[in-house]
Amino acid sequence: MTRQRSSLEAVSFHVTMWVLAASCFLLLVLPTLVVIIVSFTSGFSLKFPPPGYSFRWYSALLDAWQLHFAAANSLKVAAGTTGLSVLLGVAASLAIARSETWKARVLDSLFMSPLVLPALAFGLAALMFFSVMGLSVSPLTLVIGHVVVCVPYVVRTTVAALAQLNPALLESSASLGASNFYTLRRITLPLIAPGIMAGAFIAFMSSFDNVPVSLFLRDARTDMLPIRMWQDLEGKLDVTIAAVSGVMIAITIAALVIMERVAGLSRRLR
Amino acid sequence: MATATRPNTTTYELKLALPLALFFCAFFLAPLAILFFVSLHTDPSMSKMGVAQYWKFLSDPFSIGVLLRTLWIGVEVSVLCLLLGLPMAWIYMRASGWMQSVLMLVVLLPLLTSVVVRTFAWIVILGRQGIVNSTLFALGFIETPLRLLYTESGMIVALAQVQMPLMVLPLVTALSRLDPNLLDASAALGAGQWRTFSKVVLPLTLPGIIAGCLLTYAASITAFITQTLVGGGQMLFMPMYIYQQSSTLNNWPFAAAISIIFLCAVLAVVSLFNALGRLSSGYTHS
Repeated sequence: MTRQRSSLEAVSFHVTMWVLAASCFLLLVLPTLVVIIVSFTSGFSLKFPPPGYSFRWYSALLDAWQLHFAAANSLKVAAGTTGLSVLLGVAASLAIARSETWKARVLDSLFMSPLVLPALAFGLAALMFFSVMGLSVSPLTLVIGHVVVCVPYVVRTTVAALAQLNPALLESSASLGASNFYTLRRITLPLIAPGIMAGAFIAFMSSFDNVPVSLFLRDARTDMLPIRMWQDLEGKLDVTIAAVSGVMIAITIAALVIMERVAGLSRRLR
Repeated sequence: MATATRPNTTTYELKLALPLALFFCAFFLAPLAILFFVSLHTDPSMSKMGVAQYWKFLSDPFSIGVLLRTLWIGVEVSVLCLLLGLPMAWIYMRASGWMQSVLMLVVLLPLLTSVVVRTFAWIVILGRQGIVNSTLFALGFIETPLRLLYTESGMIVALAQVQMPLMVLPLVTALSRLDPNLLDASAALGAGQWRTFSKVVLPLTLPGIIAGCLLTYAASITAFITQTLVGGGQMLFMPMYIYQQSSTLNNWPFAAAISIIFLCAVLAVVSLFNALGRLSSGYTHS
């Protein structure tokens, strides 16, 4: 009797867990699959399933100069943002990692705060700030705004990599007569490089994808890809956007697989 | 202590953080200060100082409604993410090597895919000719397409998908720290699966649950793109409210005041989560 009840209990537990996890799996996978399938439609609408299949929207993409222009801008800003974020973020991480002083804790909270605060409020604040300073919006102001919201990713993964670094290595390097700078260059940086790369990659992706800050800091000359796509979708449900999405998904999967191999991305995000 | 007298080789000087600290003072704290200063003006031309904008927001039932609705969708999305994300993380911990890689790819892909692309997928799925409507129609459940896009439930599901990785990743971390012997001990002492889960697993993964909820909450209430494209123009939330007032209506003081109120509300929720997190980690370490 108790055996029966306990097996029923175990079965109900496992069934519940598997059903919920399977729903979660479908919820995560389905949208990506749907976008890929619909991007190959031969029709003029986002009807699912598509009436037929073709590459017409991908070839239409070749002439979409507005999207090309926006994508080029987004790439430039994301590259600048990543470079500056790594430079500032890695230096700051070296200073605050492993340190228990209150100053280091305060700085850590400060550097992480853009992750939880509404980025749109910061975007508006940045626009007001630059107009008070008399600076008009430009790629430079965009990079500055993006660094604030992207540098936390670099700091987070670099601090985590530093925390896993064995201090004995640094001590033996010092006791063998290496200067602090030499130890940094030959021991610390090579060992934390995968952590820095993972952070740089996420910073790049989130700058490329940023909307709330770009919304306020761009103008017609600095059109950004996600905002261009958002405006296209608000106006009309354009199938070209499906083809853009298909290209972006393909690039993301390729980058993800490479970063997993090179930097062990999934371990560094947890 | 002995370590204090030794030359310090394992930590770096705090001044290395100076460039980023100055950068944050100039381009993060100063803009927020200016935002606050702008919000203290009574009229759009910013000629007189006063707290009229705050009074205007707090005495207006419409604005309060927008704020409360925004804070509430965060709760709904976090609960849905937790309900589906916890079993996902649980199965992940039990999966074999290659299946773990597949699951991790499935979790990470949405996190790194552009949010416009992810939201666009939901327009295709929930649209009048979308996958849900055509399936229901083919099965004979409906005669005319249901309106799923631009509804609150459609938006909650879309937001949950967009933010799910932020829930699953901390949960996987928390579950991987769980000592498997505890589960065996619980079973050996006669507890069933459900009881072990609720009395052992849940309390010990509480810090991960709180971290995941905080991240999904903060991300979903500010998810401008998903809110406007799947939620549509019928429902107004704080991010769009700020954008409308500042860019469309050019009412900077009111937009600034809304932003400050939104910031404070989010800060209050974040500190609540942090306090819960401290309580729960004290609980798990004792």
